[in-house]
Order: sequence, then C-alpha cells, then structure tokens
Amino acid sequence: MNDVKCECGHVNPHGTVLCEACGKVLDERDQSGKLLDMRYEGSARRSQTYNKTVIDKIWNFFSSVKVGVWLIVITLLASIIGTILPQEMYINLPPEVYYEQEHGWFGKLYYQLGFHDLYGSWWYLLLIAMIGISLVICSLDRVVPLYKALKAQRVTRHEGFLKRQRLFGINEAFDQGDQDLVKQHLIQKRYQIREENGDILAEKGRFSRWGPYVNHVGLIIFLFGGMLRFIPGYYVEENLWVREGETALVPETGEKYYIQNNQFILEHYDKEENKKFEKALERAGQVVQNYQSNVVLYERVSENLPGEKPELKKLKEYKVRVNHPLTFDGYSVYQSSFRSEMTAMSFSLANKESGQTFGDFTIDLKAPKSEYDLGNGYVVKILNFFPDFEFDKNGEPSTKSRVPNNPAFVFTMITPDKPKGETSFVAIRQTIEPFGDNVYKVAFKGIETQNVSGFIVRKDSSLWAIILGGIIFMIGVVQGAYWNHRRIWVQNKNGQIWIAAHTNKNWYGLKRELETILANTKLTMPEDQLQKEDDGDKEEA
Amino acid sequence: MKKRRLIMRTIILFVLAAAVVYTLYANFTKDHRQKVAEGDPAPDFVLVDMQGNKHRLSDYRGQGVFLNFWGTWCPPCKKEMPYINNQYHQFKDKGVKVLSVDIQESELAVNQFAERLKLNFPIMIDQDKEVMTAYGVDLLPATFLIDKNGNVVKYHTGELTENKIREFMEKIKP
Repeated sequence: MNDVKCECGHVNPHGTVLCEACGKVLDERDQSGKLLDMRYEGSARRSQTYNKTVIDKIWNFFSSVKVGVWLIVITLLASIIGTILPQEMYINLPPEVYYEQEHGWFGKLYYQLGFHDLYGSWWYLLLIAMIGISLVICSLDRVVPLYKALKAQRVTRHEGFLKRQRLFGINEAFDQGDQDLVKQHLIQKRYQIREENGDILAEKGRFSRWGPYVNHVGLIIFLFGGMLRFIPGYYVEENLWVREGETALVPETGEKYYIQNNQFILEHYDKEENKKFEKALERAGQVVQNYQSNVVLYERVSENLPGEKPELKKLKEYKVRVNHPLTFDGYSVYQSSFRSEMTAMSFSLANKESGQTFGDFTIDLKAPKSEYDLGNGYVVKILNFFPDFEFDKNGEPSTKSRVPNNPAFVFTMITPDKPKGETSFVAIRQTIEPFGDNVYKVAFKGIETQNVSGFIVRKDSSLWAIILGGIIFMIGVVQGAYWNHRRIWVQNKNGQIWIAAHTNKNWYGLKRELETILANTKLTMPEDQLQKEDDGDKEEA
Repeated sequence: MKKRRLIMRTIILFVLAAAVVYTLYANFTKDHRQKVAEGDPAPDFVLVDMQGNKHRLSDYRGQGVFLNFWGTWCPPCKKEMPYINNQYHQFKDKGVKVLSVDIQESELAVNQFAERLKLNFPIMIDQDKEVMTAYGVDLLPATFLIDKNGNVVKYHTGELTENKIREFMEKIKP
C-alpha cells in the first residue's frame, strides 16, 4: 500500500485515479482515451483501498453508497408496512384483541410480528440508525479526499487530463490581445484566475461541491434531535385532566407547577350571529366554535413533601384554547379534550304509596357523608357507595373505578315508624329492595355535573436540533443545487492553445458562458466530446 | 498515517455505536422505567390517616416499612388486604410498619372498606395523587418494601399471597 508519485512530482494516496495536482491518469489500465470519470476528482476513496482490519471492513460496508441506498429502500418498505393497519397508539382496544377482531388472521399476524408498534420497534430504530451511520461514513469518505484533491490541483494540467475532458478544443495561434480579452471576460464572469507559466486555470463556485455534505450534516443533526427525545425529560407528552375548580399538579415538571381550572367553556356557532352561514349551520347542526379552559398557573414556593399542602404562587392567568396553549418554562399546555362528570346527586325520601316526601338531600359524590339527617326523625344512612357501579363476576355489586360514572348507593332509611330502618339499593334508573317491600323509598331527583378539561402537556427540548438540522439541510440543498462548480483551463501545449472545461452540472450553461468568454477572439469554441461520441455511435448504428 | 486512520475510524465508529446503543436502550426501557427503582431511596411523604394521625415516612427510619398503594374498587387489593392485616399483627412488634395509601377516593368509601374488612393498620388517602406520582405508581395494588435505612428493597405490583407478604415483611425486619 504505497503512495503513488506522479511524474509531475506530486505524491498521491494509494488508489488515486487522477493525479491530484496535474490530473494525469495514474491507473495504468485506463489508457482507453475515453472521457474521464471526474466524480470526486478521481481521488482515492480510501474505503475501497484499505480493507484489512475489522474496523476497516465495517467502515467499508457503511461507506458504500449502494448499501446506503438499500438501507433507505428497506426503511421505506418497512414504513409502508406500518401504514397498512392503524398503529397501536391510534386504537382504543387492547392490541391483542383489536387486530384479530378487526382484521382477522392478517391482523393477528400483523400483531404477532410486532408491526402494531413498528415505528418504535428496535429494528426500525436500528435501520434509521444505520442510515445515520451510512450518512456519516459515506460523507467523510468522500468529502476529505475531494477536498484534498481540489486543494492540491495545479494550474498546469497533464495533456491526457485536458484531452479527455468533455469540453475540449485545440487552437493553433494565440496572441497577447486574445489572452487579455479572455482573462477580462473570465473576471467579468466572476471566475477566480490562477496563472502559471502562461497557463490559466479559471474556477468558480467550488463551494457548491460541499452542498451535499452540508446537507448531510443537517440530516445528522436532525437525527441527533430525534435521538435526544429518548433522553428522559427531553420530550414530554402527558395527559392531564383537571376538574373545574380544582388545582392539579402538572406532570413531569418536577412537582413544580400547578394548574387551576376555573372554568371550561364550550361555545357553538350561533345561527343568528352568522347569517351568512345559516344554511350550512342548519345542515350541520351544532358546530363548535370554541373549546376553552380558563386556567391559573401556579408555581410551588414551599419546600414540602408529597402529601403536604403546597404553598403556591400565582404566575399567570390564561385562557387555553385550541392552538393557543399556555406556555411556561419550555412547557406547553394544550386544550385537547373535555368530559362531563357527575359531582352530586340529589334525592328525596318519600312514602311509596302516598308520594309524600320527608325532605331532600344532596350527596357530594367526591365526599359523601355517612348519614343525612332530614329532621323529624327521618334519617338516610349510606351503607355502601359504588361510584362506578357494576355487578361483578359473582353477581355482587361493586365498582369498576373511583370515578363517579355510574354512582349507586345502598341506603338505610330510618323513619319514625320504621326505627330499625329499611334497606334500599339505588342506582341510576334502578331501585332494588333486597329485603322485600319497603314503605319508603329514596326517590332520585337530579344530578349536578361539572366539566373536566383534558389537557396535553408537551415539552420538546429537542426542537432546536430539529430546526437547526432542517435549516442546514436546506442550506446544503440550495448550495448544491443553485450553484455549479465550473473550471476552464486555457493552456499552452506544444505551441498550441488547449482549452478544456468542466462543470459538475449544467453543461449547457457552461457552454453558453464559454461562448461569451471566447467572443471577439480568434479562439474557437471547444467541442463537446460526449455529443461527438454519441453522434459517432449513431452513425455506426 | 495508516495507524492514525485506524484510530480515527475506530473512534468515529465507537461514537456512532454508542449513540445507537444508547437510543435503543432508552427506547427499550422507556416503557419499563420505574421512577423509584429497587435500591433507590424511598421518596419521603406526609399523609394523614383516617384517625387523624400524621405519618411521615422518614419518621420510621430504623424500622421496615411495608408501603401499599390501593383502591377500594380494585379486586386484587381487596383480596390481599386481610392478609396484610394478619401479617401486620404478626410483625408490628418486630419493627415493621404498614402504611397503606388509597388513591383519591372519598373518606366514606375508604372507611366503609376498612370497617368491612376490619383493617387495623394506618390507612391514608392520597387526595391529589402526589405520593402516587412521587413513587411512579401505575397499576394497583403496588407494594414498596422499604428497609430501615429508607431504601426501597423491592417493588411489587399485583396481588400478594399471605406467604409472600410474610416473606416480604421478614425481608425488611430490622
């Protein structure tokens, strides 16, 4: 593995195709005379040269663009699979039930293969990570040699290099006036000119060669931002339900912030106020105009333990509406949902036959009392309270949760004529008398409800990396797409003037520019050898 | 030259691999991450029990604490409660404290539950779910075993058998 010394004296790394300095073809096998492959300036992509240790082998694997493209293709295919059935987070049944029930054997297989959480699966992350690695290594492996080759290039180039450029022409005569004029035109076109022994190298837009690499740096920062989200505390997305009038701890804030929900407001569009849309509103029925929670944000100022009443300092009041989150300290609290919850039930104690009532009472469902004294010897005791009533497996009354979705009570009614009390089970639209016929009943009178606002608490500390990555990505795209790297060589060879030109893209633009540069001189326009070759091929055919 | 290249490549690959491994690890553990894991110091808290007595966890330094989170509506909680009560009596003079925390229910529901099951250990209500949040409790019942130094020895979710409870209390006996 020795470095290669070119006849011009420049020492090139092993594997170099074109001498970095003079452009002579170093690969002995390639003396075909065909046009040169100018990609990466014929520099030595090292990965393809050194292949000894395990590290080199891994490096070379990821350095291959072919491997990179395959990784992207596989990732795309995998991403497509993830869209066939809804992902786990978008279904509202347990996944082991949902997929088979809704999609049969295919759904079952889909679930068994773990596609229900495809984008969070380890192998999907591994694919993305491998694309990231491929990106880093591919870029490094190309940008370094390219940079070195472009830096090492000399003005005077080898004959073989010039001859085998796509745009190439030979002129017999040259006079000083023409040379000055060409130089003047080149400067007008903002070329940077280097001269050596009367040879000219004019170059512009070299920085556009770095476009793809800048773009890759952006992508890597973007991926890095995605990785940041896995660090605990960097990315928070939590649900928070707060009842009207209650103050709740905002999750994941380190027990620091509290939100008090003063009121939840639901507004519909009014037909009278919106005459223009009267018809549409009639057709659509109730259309919600606004979901809003009026909240107060507090900060905890006391050093207290969980369970102790914290001392709170009011920070601000805010009306949280859809798309108008309450923001503080990197957190955003969005209005996302609401529900109505029963807070109280009222009953009256009545004689079943006569219908005569002996007093009303209201039970606060959050803090029911054990007995309600109605006066005159009439007392109702709560023997049992089921906030979310159901009959369990054994047919016993029980409660599914602590939320008063379906409250039920077992009452003992103590009255002057029944001092031992009568027992009655009362649920919504249901009364059971376990010990036979009662004289009295607890009659349901009404319920009070309260709104509960549903918020999403979100914090994304990775956003800066994502935005920065996106911006750098676009800079790279613009840099590589809107500028071309153009070079024009005007050189003395064997008493002739050889003109060659190269661009990394937009050959038509380069030719147009060359025409203006050579205008008013005796120099002829170089020929496009690629077109000539094509024409030749066509004639042969 | 060549040696330097090998070192550079090794470093770059190592950094990339470390980032990937960390991401995969973080992704793998994000669902299982326990706020208070075994070996961690148990977060201190103060709650008032149904009789009005204040219980501060750190006051029980030197004793083992059997900390149980539950709800009256949760059937496995209901099942294990009498066992906890039995073992509470066995161990209360051996330096094991039982603290049982109900999550956000009404006093009536909790009192009736305790009366029906004849529970004698201190029961307190975590009205604002603050203690529950501090311990990262998700599923009920959840039991933390805290040793005499105030460290969590074990975290268990799900119903306990009486043998298991005895074993647990034996474990934290000072």
